[in-house]
Amino acid sequence: MLTLFIDGERLDVRSGSLLTAALAKSSNPAARRSVSGEARAPFCGMGICQECRIQVDGVRRLACQTPCREGMQVERLP
Amino acid sequence: MKPVADVLVVGAGIIGASCAAALAARGCRVRVLDAGLPGASGAGMGHLVVMDDDPAELTLSARSLALWRELVPQLPAAADYRNCGTLWLARDAAELDLIEAKRQRLDAQGVANQPLNAAATAAAEPALTALAGSLEVPGDGLLYAPVVAAWLLQRSPLIEFQRARVSTVEGTRVRLDDGRWLTADAVVLAAGLQAATLCPDLPLVPKKGHLLITDRYPEQVRHQLVEIGYGASAHASSGASVAFNVQPRLTGQLLIGSSRQFERPDRDVEPAVVGQLLRRALDFLPGLAHTSLIRGWTGQRAASPDGLPLIGAHPDQPGLWLAVGHEGLGVTTAPATAEAIAAGIFGEQPGFHVEPFAPDRFMNAPRSQAC
Repeated sequence: MLTLFIDGERLDVRSGSLLTAALAKSSNPAARRSVSGEARAPFCGMGICQECRIQVDGVRRLACQTPCREGMQVERLP
Repeated sequence: MKPVADVLVVGAGIIGASCAAALAARGCRVRVLDAGLPGASGAGMGHLVVMDDDPAELTLSARSLALWRELVPQLPAAADYRNCGTLWLARDAAELDLIEAKRQRLDAQGVANQPLNAAATAAAEPALTALAGSLEVPGDGLLYAPVVAAWLLQRSPLIEFQRARVSTVEGTRVRLDDGRWLTADAVVLAAGLQAATLCPDLPLVPKKGHLLITDRYPEQVRHQLVEIGYGASAHASSGASVAFNVQPRLTGQLLIGSSRQFERPDRDVEPAVVGQLLRRALDFLPGLAHTSLIRGWTGQRAASPDGLPLIGAHPDQPGLWLAVGHEGLGVTTAPATAEAIAAGIFGEQPGFHVEPFAPDRFMNAPRSQAC
């Protein structure tokens, strides 16, 4: 198991999990909001659709292409 | 021309939609036919820019920008219009000479502009690397052309849109691919590159372009940024060419262009060209290294041999009007193109010099064959 934080929420996930799994387990499955303010969550799961853009340790990433790491600080995008 | 004319417009991109709107404003009943094929309006940046490489192009683009500015207060919010201006960038003394020449041409045309020295350029756009100077053209802007084209068609009850593929254009009539013929008082062919398949004597060739778009970020750039060497870089007569051209969208995204390739009629995004675009962009905006791209795509510009559009009567098919070959400047020049086409159909002189765009400069030999 390892521990990471999404907008300050502590999440414990199995080692080898992708960030999409941690998002699904969190209190809010959205990764970001669209231009018009709609919640957007992981969709294709394979790095194509760009829906799961999220900020990981200060850098833009795709949740579906990002393995969880111990202590990772994740922020949803406005 | 009778007072109320029926006109068929082939193509619902920004040129066809603008022609339809101009004709409807004069009381014509207009039917717009579009096959739904990919076109340049949907692929391009939507940069509204006065271009001065050629005197005729300068007149056309300056007139058209004036017409766009009249339309701006009515545009819907989804048009994403922004009066961002263009900042033409010079890296060295030779390029400062190009800035000075551009300033003189714009001044002669009465187009507002402001030369900025190195410090003023850095102050205007802090994300840029150190440059020799720039020229600000504050009247330029940007918009999202597909929304504007659809809006233009919906504004008038005199315009009817029909999703249909045209297979033949012949004077004042067109045949749809289901075999039906439609006839009108005039036909306007504004189908971009597709026009060359409907009218094989049109000298149009595709020039492929790539564009990239970033994720949304807090504002990094305020003007549309274009290298002053754009003409030399982007209009090489053969091979792939790339010029720095970055546009700040209202969403906080940056559009990154631009490239031109001959004889690449496909739609593939080519990694080598993407690499060239990004290297060029990083030369001017080093901070882009920390910016995420979310998509890339391509489009085909419809280019004529002399780089100017064909606007006017078909030389040997009475009633057929051509509005094609705008290459990368169709969004900018759509309202003035429409003004010229509407004036021509009504037998009037438009408010600017249209002779350089007359189609008969390429198609002067009378032909017996239909389009």
